[in-house]
Amino acid sequence: MSNHRSDAWISTEQLQENFAEVNSPLSTTHAVKESNRCLFCYDAPCIQACPTGIDIPSFIKKIASGNLKGSAVTIMDANPVGASCARVCPTEELCEGACVLNGESEPIMIGDLQRYATDWAIRNEQVLFEAGPSTSKHIAIVGSGPAGLAAARELARFGHQVTIFEADDEPGGLNRYGIVSFRLPVDIVKWEIDQIVNMGVTIRTNTAVGKDISPEELREQFDSIIIAVGMGSVPELHMEGEDASGVYDAVDFVRSTKDGTFSRNLAGKRVAVIGAGNTAVDAATCSTRLGAEHVSIVYRRTKNEMTAYPFEFEFAKQDGIAFQWLTSPVKIEKNDHGEVSGLECVQMELGEADQDGRQRPVPIQNSNFMMDVDVVIRAIGQERLQDTIAMFGLEHTDGVVTVDASYAASEPNHFAVGDVVFGSGQGEAMVVSAAEQGKQAAYTIHQQLSAGTQAAG
Amino acid sequence: MADLTTNVAGIRSPNPFWLASAPPTNSGYQVQRAFEAGWGGAVWKTMGDPILNVSSRFSAVSFGGNQVAGFNNIELISDRPLEVNLREIEETKRLYPEHAIIGSLMVEPDRDKWHEIVKRVEAAGVDGLELNFGCPHGMAERGMGSASGQVPELVRQQTAWVKEVARTPVIVKLTPNITDITFTAKAAVEGGADAVSMINTINSLSGVDLDSWNTIPNVDGKGAHGGYCGPAVKPIALNMVGECARTPGIDVPISGMGGVSSWQEAAEFMLMGASNVQVCTAAMHHGFRIVEDMIDGLSNYMDEKGLASLDQLIGQTVPKYSDWGDLDLTYRVAAKINNDVCINCNKCYIACEDTSHQCIDMLKDEDGNDILRVREDDCVGCNLCSIVCPVDGAIDMVEVARKVGDEPMTWNERQQLMANAGSNQ
Repeated sequence: MSNHRSDAWISTEQLQENFAEVNSPLSTTHAVKESNRCLFCYDAPCIQACPTGIDIPSFIKKIASGNLKGSAVTIMDANPVGASCARVCPTEELCEGACVLNGESEPIMIGDLQRYATDWAIRNEQVLFEAGPSTSKHIAIVGSGPAGLAAARELARFGHQVTIFEADDEPGGLNRYGIVSFRLPVDIVKWEIDQIVNMGVTIRTNTAVGKDISPEELREQFDSIIIAVGMGSVPELHMEGEDASGVYDAVDFVRSTKDGTFSRNLAGKRVAVIGAGNTAVDAATCSTRLGAEHVSIVYRRTKNEMTAYPFEFEFAKQDGIAFQWLTSPVKIEKNDHGEVSGLECVQMELGEADQDGRQRPVPIQNSNFMMDVDVVIRAIGQERLQDTIAMFGLEHTDGVVTVDASYAASEPNHFAVGDVVFGSGQGEAMVVSAAEQGKQAAYTIHQQLSAGTQAAG
Repeated sequence: MADLTTNVAGIRSPNPFWLASAPPTNSGYQVQRAFEAGWGGAVWKTMGDPILNVSSRFSAVSFGGNQVAGFNNIELISDRPLEVNLREIEETKRLYPEHAIIGSLMVEPDRDKWHEIVKRVEAAGVDGLELNFGCPHGMAERGMGSASGQVPELVRQQTAWVKEVARTPVIVKLTPNITDITFTAKAAVEGGADAVSMINTINSLSGVDLDSWNTIPNVDGKGAHGGYCGPAVKPIALNMVGECARTPGIDVPISGMGGVSSWQEAAEFMLMGASNVQVCTAAMHHGFRIVEDMIDGLSNYMDEKGLASLDQLIGQTVPKYSDWGDLDLTYRVAAKINNDVCINCNKCYIACEDTSHQCIDMLKDEDGNDILRVREDDCVGCNLCSIVCPVDGAIDMVEVARKVGDEPMTWNERQQLMANAGSNQ
């Protein structure tokens, strides 16, 4: 059914342009005006709304006074991945949503100002933090995503010896591989990692726990272990034709756009993305940028139930993404070459509310229809890393590691932060929350190790 | 990190940021909160014979939607009993021994009264004294504040009386409501002042309510002039500091104030010769917490400039401050418009065309786009276009060659040359 569009073509230059950061930085004039518009509230609601508690009025005041280094320090002190968060935080749900100027005029552009100050620090190669006087304590962190990096930075400031174990080629986790580069350029992530590495943190890449080093070895060599492994692959759809060529995992798919090679050229293709979360939007907008002729997001519920942020939804619409609401895939059609040639779907309607309080989608009899697509990308959530959790013998619920308020897991001296402790009913998993969890685990560990030292001394 | 410790005529503080004598330093509670926030010193609200205050007291001038561009007040000196102030000074000094507390004083021009208050306030443990010869409202009507501060002989005499008994450094705070502040500054030095501080507030009336026709502020429909301060007065204060710093005979430290709102103005005042700065309006607008950026910003600035201590900053611009007659008449700058940055608001064009020297042309480039170009030969380098330009980097003022045959020459040199030529004839 699908056409062979092998003559369609997109140049590498065009791809690079398509994947360049979409939001422009504030000009100096704009940043100074905007920073002076900030009321400099006392006990400001924006600070309360920031999971990492950045002193937002203070960093903005410092932009106004021309103290840009001080501004960057204020941001990065509270949030070790503050340059990334300036770009990826859902600010209208956090700081900007809490700004007292909402309704009065317009909220302050906090995210853009945060980017302005951190961009200055990046451009001027500023070293913002130093390691504390060395202690003899060793901490292992498994995973180098935002939670692991934040923990590492704080532990290094206390003078502890930190080693991060990263299974991937490069550190950064979600920020490096999972967030589309037109939102978060790789250079920003690299700068944040460099800051942390320059404080003496060791990152051992291509080192998977359970394969290259065992949990037992970690326990022997380190005083504490932080598990910050994130989540796994997108689960399978479990439907006929899923083995066809042209069926992708959204996380893998986004990742393929972040190594600079753009190996999955979609010039002229028609794409269906299954799911309507932020990762689905990422996969859809990446598809457009890879040259796809037409991209649909296929979702079994309606716009009201979708989990993508409103700004992501807007962004997808501006990219020309079509939305097939109340549509569920039932079967992937293959051609003679084993390639995707279509997607059979069924129309849904909303029925009774389920446990989450969301109305359960129910198929409408005899409503099946075909979508003419060459690529199917599944973006229906991510699997839990049950094997890793089991390897450490940690208590968990359906792959969500059980932790107390200080992020201590069930085993002594084991902590877990980030997506690995993110369970259902906790709202949105955010980079900024992961960073805060990493910080908090670091503070707990530091307290415990300090207390231990004092007791021993 | 740069050393910000400060020494003003022997009064030491951990940083150069003092709260000025004003509502923020009215009580021990406030000054202790200020020290907790990081302020290096505080000049306690002026003590003297107890007074009565009115309601209301403050008003502000907003400009273009910006609040508190200027600030006006008709509050008088401390209305709390002297013994209460002294008890709280003693307590605050005990709790914060490293921070400077300066007692601001104002009494009638009477030798015995000055002797008495100096002794009592010094006994409470202050690090120094500041004589308030500056308040322009209320107290001046009773012969105090700026009324005595406008008479050099009264400044000299009262300073001398204080110095007869004072054991701590004496700062004389000067009023700007005078034609030439260097006269009163010299008088203070002649009286033995260890330092001078400036500026106190400027006579002002904030506004008139267009519905009630009352003055702003007013007390039950009646107004009186107040004292003006805040960001708007900075240029006036900065000049007075600079004039005193460069005038021979005023060779004592200067504590600068008037519109200091951030570390940037502080650095300007210090470059212009101030040993430290005092702040009031900015703290009243935002709270004591503003000092955090003042310290951090100044420290980062000094690191960036490679300065280890404030000595390397203080007074650096003073030798560059001179008389008009010493400026080079043949030196030239001209405006250069960067059309790639320009947003074509044409503000520079109309400012130049209507009110300056008609040297900007509105043109089209080869693609038909609007561009603006300066005729360099006609440009007098007045800066107006770059001042009204709303975009950073769209207009640069660049140095250009002197006109053919011109050599550097100041007005004073020219007058000298002409006088010599005349006498040679």
